[in-house]
Parts: sequence; C-alpha cells; structure tokens
Amino acid sequence: MGEDTDTRKINHSFLRDHSYVTEADVISTVEFNHTGELLATGDKGGRVVIFQREPESKNAPHSQGEYDVYSTFQSHEPEFDYLKSLEIEEKINKIKWLPQQNAAHSLLSTNDKTIKLWKITERDKRPEGYNLKDEEGKLKDLSTVTSLQVPVLKPMDLMVEVSPRRVFANGHTYHINSISVNSDCETYMSADDLRINLWHLAITDRSFNIVDIKPANMEDLTEVITASEFHPHHCNLFVYSSSKGSLRLCDMRAAALCDKHSKLFEEPEDPSNRSFFSEIISSVSDVKFSHSGRYMLTRDYLTVKVWDLNMEARPIETYQVHDYLRSKLCSLYENDCIFDKFECAWNGSDSVIMTGAYNNFFRMFDRNTKRDVTLEASRESSKPRAVLKPRRVCVGGKRRRDDISVDSLDFTRKILHTAWHPAENIIAVAAANNLYIFQDKVNSETH
Amino acid sequence: MLSKGLKRKREEEEEEEEEEEKEALAVDTWWLDSDHPAVAQAPPAVASSSLFDLSVLKLHHSLRQSEPDLRHLVLVVNTLRRIQASMVPTAALPPVPSLPAAPGMADSLLASSDAALSASMASLLEDLSHIEGLSQAPQPLAEEGPQGRPIGGAPPSLGSLDLLDPATGCLLDDGLEGLFEDIDTSMYDSELWAPASEGLKPGPEDGSGKEDTPELKETELKDTELDYLMDVLVGTQALERPPGPGR
Repeated sequence: MGEDTDTRKINHSFLRDHSYVTEADVISTVEFNHTGELLATGDKGGRVVIFQREPESKNAPHSQGEYDVYSTFQSHEPEFDYLKSLEIEEKINKIKWLPQQNAAHSLLSTNDKTIKLWKITERDKRPEGYNLKDEEGKLKDLSTVTSLQVPVLKPMDLMVEVSPRRVFANGHTYHINSISVNSDCETYMSADDLRINLWHLAITDRSFNIVDIKPANMEDLTEVITASEFHPHHCNLFVYSSSKGSLRLCDMRAAALCDKHSKLFEEPEDPSNRSFFSEIISSVSDVKFSHSGRYMLTRDYLTVKVWDLNMEARPIETYQVHDYLRSKLCSLYENDCIFDKFECAWNGSDSVIMTGAYNNFFRMFDRNTKRDVTLEASRESSKPRAVLKPRRVCVGGKRRRDDISVDSLDFTRKILHTAWHPAENIIAVAAANNLYIFQDKVNSETH
Repeated sequence: MLSKGLKRKREEEEEEEEEEEKEALAVDTWWLDSDHPAVAQAPPAVASSSLFDLSVLKLHHSLRQSEPDLRHLVLVVNTLRRIQASMVPTAALPPVPSLPAAPGMADSLLASSDAALSASMASLLEDLSHIEGLSQAPQPLAEEGPQGRPIGGAPPSLGSLDLLDPATGCLLDDGLEGLFEDIDTSMYDSELWAPASEGLKPGPEDGSGKEDTPELKETELKDTELDYLMDVLVGTQALERPPGPGR
C-alpha cells in the first residue's frame, strides 16, 4: 500500500452521511438507478427499500443532497415448490433498474426463481370539486347542485405507489444469480447456475434460452455460471463468468444458442501460487462492464482484475484485495469463507474500482495513480460527517498504532455488496443489515 | 477462528496416526465445536489426508441440503478430485473390515477408497440430474464397495462420520432415506407421467418402493413446462392469470 499521506488524497474527503438500519434483515443487493437519484436495496426478507436523493439545499450549498427513504415494499414472499417439496427463499438476489422512459421508475427484482418488474409512480395531486360527490366522497343531494364546476387538481402530500407489472416465473430450474437489462431497453437476461435466458420485458410466458452449459451427464459437471451482464452499448453482446475463472463474451447475432463463445478470457494459472484451492479462489464472483464498454471488471476471491475486451489472454490490470489471506486458504476453506462472493464496482469515469473485503473493510483502487485505500464501514469507526480514516492490515513486521493484524480480522463481518453512483463520488456499502452511504465532498466532479 | 486453524495445520504434520476412528472423531468434534480441547489431538499422518476428510465432509454436508448450492458443490468436488489426484496410491492391500490400528494403513485405505469414491462421486453427480425431475434431493445410493460389501445402514446425523465408511470411502448410504419419509408422493402417481427408463437407484434397504416419484426423461417434457404444469395441477398457479398486486 502507498504511504498514508498519499492514500488520504483519494479518500480524505469521504464523509459518512447516514447509516440506515433495516429491521433485522441482511441486505443482499444494492443498486443505483441510471441518474443516481434513486438507490434500491434488497434484503433477505424479500423487501426492497428505495432511497431518493434530496435536492441540494439552497441554505447549505456545499452540502449535497442526502438520501432518504422513498419507498418500501415487499417484492418476493417465501414460496413452496410443491413439486419438489422445497421452500423457495424470498431473498432478493439482484435488482436492476430500467432506463427511465416516462414519469414512472421501473426496476427488476429477482429471487432464486422468479423475476418481477415493479413500477414506481408518484402521486402528488388530487382532483377536487366534483359535481356529484362531496369532499368526503359521499354522493351529493342533487337538488342542492345548482351549477356545474370543473374539478381542479390540488397538491397533496406525496404518495409513492409501487405495483408489480410483470412476473417472469418458471424460467429457471437452478438458482438465478444475475439479471441484466439490455441496452435496447426491450429485453433482459437472467442467468442461473447452468443456463441463461433472454426475456422480453412485455412477455412473461416465454423466454429464450441463450446459454446452456448443463452437461448431458450431470456427473460430468465441473463448471457453473457465476455472473453475467449485457454490454452497455452493443445490444448483441453479453459476458458470463464461470466458477473456473473464465469469462465468455457471446454474440447473439452469431447463433440462437450462444454456447459457443465469441471470445474466451482466461488467465493461465500461476504455477508458483498453485494449491488445492486454486480453482476455488479463481472462481469469478462478479463481472461488470466499464461505463465505456471497453473493459470488464472481475472479482475473484483475492483479486479484482480489469480486462480489455480486445485481449483474451490475460487481464490488463490485477489488484490484490487481501493477498495476506493467501496463506490462510486452508482455514478459510474450513469455515467456508473461501466461498464468499464479493461484488465489484466502477466509478462513473472508470478510473477507480471498488470492492468489499472482511472486517467490514472495503477497498478502492485508482487505476491511474495506482494508489489504493482500505476503508471501514462501521458505526464505531466513523461518526456521521466525519472523514473516513484509511485502515491498514499489518502482516507482521512494523505495526502502527491503528493497524489491524490479520489474525484479528473478523470474518463474519464482510462487505459483499457495494455500488457507485453513476456520475458522482457517492458510494453505497452494505454491511449485514446496515447501509452506509459515503460522499466525497471535495472532489465531486472529477476523479 | 483463523488462528485455531493455523495452529492445527502445524500440528498435523508427521505424527503417528492413532485409530482412524479417533482421528475422524477429532476432526468431527473440531468441526462442530472449535473450542473442543481435542483440537490438538490425533493429527492424521498426512496433511492432505485431513484436507481430504474435510472435503468429503463438506461434500456430504452440501448434498444433504434440500437444494444444494451447485457452485459450492462443484467447487468442493473439483477440489476433492485434486486432492485425490495428489495422493500417491500405495500397493493394494486386502480390505480391512475394521478400522486400522496400525499406522501406515491410512495410505492403503486411501488407495482402496479412491476408486470407490470416484464411483460414488460420479453417481452422486448423476443423481443431481434428478434435480430436474420430480425429486430434488439426491437419491440414496446402493453403493457396494469394490470389495462387494454393502454399506451398513446407519441412522443419519449431521456430522456423524458413521456415514463415511473409511474402507470403501463411500459417502452416502441409505441414511438419506429418512429425508423422503414425510413426502406425500400421492400427487405423483398419475398416468400423465410415463415412468423413466432409467428408473430409480435402489437403496440397499428399501429399493424404489419408498420413493414413488416417477422420473421423466428430460427429453419428454421441458423442465419449465413440467414445473408449470405441476403448479397448475396443484393449484399454486392459475393459467394466464395476470399478475395482481401483492402476488
């Protein structure tokens, strides 16, 4: 890691806005909408909570808008699959916003089996002055009506209404791990462990299977799909990652069933780091296209990697998230932490990448300066409006006062889900049932 | 938790192996309760042997879930194969019906367990294809070890290594049948479903009688259609009902 003074230049101005405690339930996904005005979270209880950024206050021009709760609704309920005698968890695995096309907002939310399209509308006016009804809605005595009036719209307290518009059910035998809206704004894809389906947003009773890696004999199964995403600009391209650490870029124009990839991105195993756990730690837990569409970001257990779409042989950049865990893989295998799936995120200009780690730490890497920083999301370590202090994990040798030693890391506190505002330096970090929103007050436009 | 794991790893090197049962128990209790003082006891002869046991335990645990996490399962199986491949098989020795008392037997046991383990793992994964059929959980296997001995039935209990026969290395026995006892399979007894050609893998105790669920050839009905039809039949989903609020 760089010297502390330098790392502070990146993060020095990140202040903590709020910590929102959701009741009991662990947050399972976090997603900004395309403007960053709205932030949606899904939790294990099947609820979705949407936050809205307040407009900047004129009284405090330096204080940018903060996020407040906008709407809460129950997206998925626990279900029972009678056919297989299994309970289907209501946990929200992913939320993706649709691009806004009118006054309403729409998002897709999914649990293990069913995707739902929700429409969020506002009502802030109501008509008053009916001829036949009085203000309370009771019918008027017609003999008292002597003249006609035109009802007028009067302002009322804002009411946010959420309604389910589509339910895309029965498309998946295995557990859905990703959904991604196409840039054509008409279709989206959903991926489970072995298959990827393409849906039209208006059609719920059928979907097209575009990837199927299920072997004829299940005993030959050695690889599963772990994440997938559409290209941000080319509506025919998408990528999916596997448990073996490979990425496959597919072109839907080439064939109806995209089992044959157009490009295969795979880094050969480093022989010096080979161990029994090599495959597990190479399993990609998240893949994200850059906003530019030129690069992909992947997260595996110990690193984040930036790939150039034009180079399949290896990533162009590799960042160590917590390399000190490399010697602890056996213990992490014992306690199953090695199977944790961390997400990753780009900032709006694709110059900084972010991912979570253990002990409620999260890491940011500046691709240009090659500086990185470790920050902590916890109420104890940061008061509201205070500047976040960079953290350091010491692996032996010289230990400074506030360093954490590797053996004191709390592996039960992990940041799996993070999101970055599409344009500004605002990040949302989920730690168990807490949501932290951090804003960069100084360098809001550039980074 | 981590430091305990570290300590244990160092102590695992090169000590005389006690009875494997004791070692297994030590691994077992450690697994269940990391504060157990037995943590420091009875290390296996070879470091990777305890990793092997751990992986087998994980695989077993994963398969016992009503709906296994496929990614976890596949990663554990692949890791287990790597570990297996790295273990040098010794000359085949006659099978030992009881657990070994002498050191050095561990390797021969591992050797004889390799083939059986591969066979049983292959069968297990084959059973996972039944995930798409009417039955989700893995079927009990009629695994006879290569020595021709059927596995003794033992009551299932999570973490109990009775299920792990060290001689054959087979993971599952009919202990899993207990999972199916409470399932009402009457809805599956229907003419609509043609019995699958492959039938069921018979368990050593009950055969296919306990599990009435007929299985379909995957080619006969698409999985999603099957699920949908079953939902309609059991009334959880009406045909063509538009999504209403709160559904």
